Amino acid sequence: MNSIKYLYAAYAATWIIHVFYLTTLVRRYSRLRQQLRELGKK
Amino acid sequence: MKRLFPILSVITAALLAYALYEAMVVAPTERTMGDVQRIFYYHVPSAWTAFLLFMVNLVASVVYLIRRNPKADALAVVCAEVGVVFCTIVLVTGPIWARPVWGIWWTWDVRLTTTLVLWLIYVSYLVLRRFSDSAQTPVLAAVLAIFGALDVPLVYFSIWFFRTQHPQPVIGGGGSLDPGMGRVLLINWLAFCCFAFLVCWSRYRLEMLQREVEEAHAMESLVGADGVSAKASLPLNRSPR
Repeated sequence: MNSIKYLYAAYAATWIIHVFYLTTLVRRYSRLRQQLRELGKK
Repeated sequence: MKRLFPILSVITAALLAYALYEAMVVAPTERTMGDVQRIFYYHVPSAWTAFLLFMVNLVASVVYLIRRNPKADALAVVCAEVGVVFCTIVLVTGPIWARPVWGIWWTWDVRLTTTLVLWLIYVSYLVLRRFSDSAQTPVLAAVLAIFGALDVPLVYFSIWFFRTQHPQPVIGGGGSLDPGMGRVLLINWLAFCCFAFLVCWSRYRLEMLQREVEEAHAMESLVGADGVSAKASLPLNRSPR
């Protein structure tokens, strides 16, 4: 059974999902920091 | 606390790397499935971590319903979101394992279907939090979370109660697991739990910051509109964007 490619695919998919989610968190955090800066200026 | 986070991050990264090494190199190769069985070391710990997060979400939701504590509500949102991420991994890695072993990507088996339903319930929870503006949203979401949590034992015990294609449970069930495999499984679960804890910690801080910003915007609307403004009626406990 040529299964090694499925193993790599599963492990890669796991980390792609985690990295994608962490990226969305970083973007949300940056957006909030920007909003806070704008609120501070007013 | 600020110094603890980077220390825990380094420990977790090292633990994840060690767990990956154990799963890929040290764990014995299963006789019939071969290397594809190693998907199990990511699939099962992801499922257990998702269940754990959904249980924390349940407890936080019940605490919120009893005490109306906004911190419990924030914790519930965080655990549901991170739990959905882990549940997504379960639903992605499962079919990747099933294709070479069963010959199909998906079947409407009880375990698979109840897991998909669980994922859909918590996705709808997050959609409710995101798109509902009502001040009652946290209460409705907490009630939905209680119903969602009822599906967790159904998913776990479905392979005991129904005839299913899915392998038997590795702990407390009819399945037998090689001690070497069991050790690697537990190491991976520990690594995933540490990772989930760190992600939840970051997400919780983000959630609290989000609420502060929304509160500041609401206050600004109140002050800027010279008394009572239409914007002033915006709920302060709105879910994160």
